[in-house]
Amino acid sequence: MNPDKWLKENTYHHSEFVNIADLVKEKKKKGYKISLCIPTLNEEKTIGKEIIIFKSELMNRVPLVDEIAVIDSGSTDKTREIASSYGADVYLSTDILPDIEKKKGKGENLWKAIYQLDGDIIVYIDADIKNIHPRFVYGLLGPLIYRDEVMYVKAFYDRPLAFSDGIRPTGGGRVTEILVRPLFSLFYPELTPIIQPLSGEYAVRREVLEKIPFPIGYGVETSHLIDIYHKWGMEAFAQTDLDQRVHRNQPTRDLGKMAFGILQAFFKRLSAHDIVKYKEFESNILRQFQAHDNKFEVIEIHIKEEERPPMIDIPEYREKRGIKIKP
Amino acid sequence: MTEEKKAKILADLIDFDPVFLEIKELFLSNLVMISEIPAPTFEEQERVGFLLNKFSEANLINTSTDEYGNALGILPGTEEGENILIVSNIDTSVDFTADHSVSVGPGTVTGPAVGNNAVGLAAITILPALFEKLGITLKSNLILMGSSRSLGKGSLGGLRFFLKNTRHPIKAGICLEGMNLGEISHRSLGMMRCEIIYNTPDNFDWRMFGRIGAIETLSEIISRIREIPIPGKPRTSVSFASIESGTAYSLVASEGILRFEIRSESEEMVIMLKHEIQNIVAEVSSSYGIEVTMDVVGQRNPGGIPFTHPLITSVRDIMEALDIKTTVQPTTNELSAFIDIGIPAVTIGITNGSIKDKNNEEIEIGPVSQGLKTLLGLILSVDREEYDES
Repeated sequence: MNPDKWLKENTYHHSEFVNIADLVKEKKKKGYKISLCIPTLNEEKTIGKEIIIFKSELMNRVPLVDEIAVIDSGSTDKTREIASSYGADVYLSTDILPDIEKKKGKGENLWKAIYQLDGDIIVYIDADIKNIHPRFVYGLLGPLIYRDEVMYVKAFYDRPLAFSDGIRPTGGGRVTEILVRPLFSLFYPELTPIIQPLSGEYAVRREVLEKIPFPIGYGVETSHLIDIYHKWGMEAFAQTDLDQRVHRNQPTRDLGKMAFGILQAFFKRLSAHDIVKYKEFESNILRQFQAHDNKFEVIEIHIKEEERPPMIDIPEYREKRGIKIKP
Repeated sequence: MTEEKKAKILADLIDFDPVFLEIKELFLSNLVMISEIPAPTFEEQERVGFLLNKFSEANLINTSTDEYGNALGILPGTEEGENILIVSNIDTSVDFTADHSVSVGPGTVTGPAVGNNAVGLAAITILPALFEKLGITLKSNLILMGSSRSLGKGSLGGLRFFLKNTRHPIKAGICLEGMNLGEISHRSLGMMRCEIIYNTPDNFDWRMFGRIGAIETLSEIISRIREIPIPGKPRTSVSFASIESGTAYSLVASEGILRFEIRSESEEMVIMLKHEIQNIVAEVSSSYGIEVTMDVVGQRNPGGIPFTHPLITSVRDIMEALDIKTTVQPTTNELSAFIDIGIPAVTIGITNGSIKDKNNEEIEIGPVSQGLKTLLGLILSVDREEYDES
């Protein structure tokens, strides 16, 4: 599909779905059940607010969302206590599918949500959003509820970077601009109109989620886009402008780790799709440097971007969902 | 309030706790969303828009704003004529560019101007739902108002404009403060909010004797003001609020503003102090050949309703019945605008809280139910009482 045409036809603004009553009417007509999943790790500062706003505005006031779940990676602060006290269903990631090998990462929580939650559509929202608003959910659900062919809706923002003494009006998305977008431009040009491929907010139909593998680390968003593009094409995507998202700003060194994980997931797909062939990575060690007095020191960080198989391959899932034969 | 009336009101509120539990999340989500909309005085429009949406959703009638940018809606009563005004200020003293993020903990909400006065506004937004769920209908119209231009130079502009121009005769006013549950204000302090402005004239000769700049001059004025004898009775104070001046180490400050408030239980004392300070300013100005002026940017007249007024006895009775410890404090908030035009009014707090740091306040969620129960009880008592116009 022509990127300009896609951009024009599949890009929305959250204000187009502000009439939530209509959205609920259409949701009921189509018989959808909608789950909201918030993956967490030490998010006590923001989690309470997110749950209160989503529960009050999107469950109590209008029944757009049917369940709100927090899937936690083992927070050591009060994240789970706060989330539970404000009425979210709280799960420790390791308690879900306890018999499979334990892994830790945001992608792991997202993957386990497919097993644990009941929705026909799952909305994933990061827990570190400081300016949370119901638009983060209804803006993503709109295209999925109104258009049957849309499978996956991604958020994009005018991203400010938050600092202790104020908010800068623009910036952010550094890994997107210097890594992911150039890679997409080289290898998957059709995916380039997705404005913020790494945003952690998206809504997806279960029938898609259960059929794609999940990197458990930084590569989860990038690999989703590539995998869904391969299976369902650009028609399956839409994106919604959610205006601003205020979040913690990450140091450049952490962005390096993120880029390292994304590259692993990306190259695996290039190879699987016969675009670039390689045997295996030379190493999974990211080397960063720091100066100590007049000497430079190497910091070695082991980052292996492991992947979970499509959920439909897990027997417990098929049993829970009453799927008799492995597809 | 008679025992019989009190018992009837408390009986009407018997289901309050489970009802509040049902809509507690609505209160908290409104509190968070209101707090996160910046609304410095004179720039309250976005917050007004939010409140009007909430009023419309609650099916209030006459949902509207006015020339001063107040947010208004009416929960209609069953009888024509009487109106009770519930008001909370919309504006804050937090700058537009400050981080307005709110954090919700296990029992607290923390953020800019959460206590003063997003709690009051959130309380107003859920009143229609509380009355509906409790099955209570009022005789009087309940006018719900987020008042604009209240703080600082706004000087209660929004409420004064409404009270001056409304065609709805107001039986009584109830002003809501976010913090200090149990505090009752029925008297307004006399207050004058002033600015002393230092400007160096363009032709000022820096070789002149003294050659001092704005900071030294304003400091001298502060010292002179502090030498004025302040009486203990009537209770009076001069409080210095802020001083702005200077640009660099190497430059003599050529401009400066000193902001302060005179407060007193006596109007004469406020005026006398104003004249004394004006004299000091004039003397300093002429001594150094510089331009120092004093402007009055806000004013409240002292006054109030008696402690024995049925409005006050009612609120005390209700708080006592709810085991809330009461204190009485004079105020300079919205109450003054009612007092000035002879409308009985009272200010009550909705919960407890504290100032955390320069930009953040923290309120306790637990006591909110007691604050709202008091508010509902007070509204019922006003609705059912006849007030002596004298």
